[in-house]
Amino acid sequence: MEEFTSVFLMLLLVASALAVLYVRNLFVATMLLGAVSFIMALIFVTLDAVDVAFTEAAVGAGISTVLYLGTLALVGPHEKGSIKKPVLPLLLSLAVGGVLIYATFEMPIVGSPDTPVQQSRLTERFLVQSLDEIAVPNIVTSVLASYRGFDTFGETTVIFTAGIAVLLILSQVRIRRKEDLADGEVEDEQDSLEAQLAPQIKDTSAPSASPHDLIPHVVAKLLIPFVLLFGFYVQFHGDFGPGGGFQAGVIFAAGFILYSLVFGLEFTQKLLPLRVVEYGLAAGVLLYGGVGVVSMLLGGNFLDYNLLSADPVAGQHLGILLVELGVGITVTAAMVAIFYGFAGRSEVKKKNEVEAK
Amino acid sequence: MMELLLDISTWILMMTGCAFLLITGVGLLRFPDIYTRIHAGGMADTLATFLIFGGLALQSGFTLVTVKLVFIVAFIFITSPTATYALAQATFIAGLKPVVDGFGDDGPDENSNTAKVKD
Amino acid sequence: MSFFTVTAIAILVSVALALTRAILGPTSYDRILAVNAIGTKTVLLIAVVGFMNGRPDFLDLAIVYALMNFIGTLAVLKYFKFGSLRGGLSRFHGEEK
Repeated sequence: MEEFTSVFLMLLLVASALAVLYVRNLFVATMLLGAVSFIMALIFVTLDAVDVAFTEAAVGAGISTVLYLGTLALVGPHEKGSIKKPVLPLLLSLAVGGVLIYATFEMPIVGSPDTPVQQSRLTERFLVQSLDEIAVPNIVTSVLASYRGFDTFGETTVIFTAGIAVLLILSQVRIRRKEDLADGEVEDEQDSLEAQLAPQIKDTSAPSASPHDLIPHVVAKLLIPFVLLFGFYVQFHGDFGPGGGFQAGVIFAAGFILYSLVFGLEFTQKLLPLRVVEYGLAAGVLLYGGVGVVSMLLGGNFLDYNLLSADPVAGQHLGILLVELGVGITVTAAMVAIFYGFAGRSEVKKKNEVEAK
Repeated sequence: MMELLLDISTWILMMTGCAFLLITGVGLLRFPDIYTRIHAGGMADTLATFLIFGGLALQSGFTLVTVKLVFIVAFIFITSPTATYALAQATFIAGLKPVVDGFGDDGPDENSNTAKVKD
Repeated sequence: MSFFTVTAIAILVSVALALTRAILGPTSYDRILAVNAIGTKTVLLIAVVGFMNGRPDFLDLAIVYALMNFIGTLAVLKYFKFGSLRGGLSRFHGEEK
């Protein structure tokens, strides 16, 4: 039964991946990538890797689709045809793929007792002694946040860098009436854009409730508090079940993105201004690094949680709580910043194109 | 005795749910038009979810797991019809009209297309 | 065979049928519908496989999937209706081409 499920899911995965390659319209390819991500997470579930499936669900199926659509709104859904045939890249990818497939013949069977994972001393240390040293039921969280905490710090910094890079490259042209800008030229463009958009924005004090779109409004207002509450649950329940900072950050961002999809970007920027997002990006990484520096000041190594409290196990709990909180804040801020970057720019480009015609 | 009753109820609920799922899948392929496919793909899925999760809840008793199952069912009850409503509205505003001709005997009315199809 | 196994097979067959519609569907709205249906069935399959393996922790994953399915479908529809993700759903009503 297990083999049947795995083989069937992998056939579906290959079929949808091939379909992504062969369709010409990029929009259809985005939809099929969403289907690929769903099936990928199902495969992770059958392999009993719950945390990975959780992250794949949150990032791959939801947020990635939204961001791809934001990109397609900027560039249009058609590929530019290329004149020359890519023979050399095809040969190169076939060669690399062939070498990788040949290498998998040397790998041991999944679950057999003589794999390096089963025989390593680290495995026994993690599985047996983490319950004494850290006393957190979810061993994935204890490895991620405590035994390999320095590596997770690096991942958080990578997400922080990605958020900053998107904000710099797509430094958005903000359509706000009272904010003053650093650049004089951009201000003129701002005013003319405002003048262009002003007749279309009927009133900015409250969302207009046209009867045709009442249902998404009501449903979104019902759901968003529960989504944010579920984000908190995933954040703090990461010690006991699947969850943790990364997944919780994405779920928080999904709540804000849902609000923005239904009510508009302007209202979301009143609710969560760009400045707060920028501070949040930095605050998460500072919190994480701060925990490390505090433990150095208390006399131990960087990110040594045993010193944070009188009892080492309580210190570990406190350390894991704080660093997961830091990760969650940074991931939320980065996802929201990337969404602001893409969505905020698409309308400007459309107006510029309409002007140029 | 209680175990047997629970097992039989679970079997009935889940088999009915599976039947609805398969009907949904076949309907998605065989219906002729986007609007009829929305009926197939949006509505029966929710009912099948309700039935299958009811079967799972019977298996797990009065624990936290049942509360989570009820939560998921409520969530899907609210969001799946909303998504299909938004889809149908977007399709209608884009200008796609439902296919109403060419399905066989429409009876003696003023629709001239059926004169060719009937017989 | 236990009922979990039969249900899992039925859900897998249904996912394959929906994927066929996603690849075939002449208009884009067919594809949006099919991917939404695949998402709903994935939620079901995660719950059933979780119960089969005796780990009901997978239900958190199912909740996240239901949420992401909903958000993804709304985003796609918004892109399709307006060509951008900026305005609210009701903001541009009456200003389509």
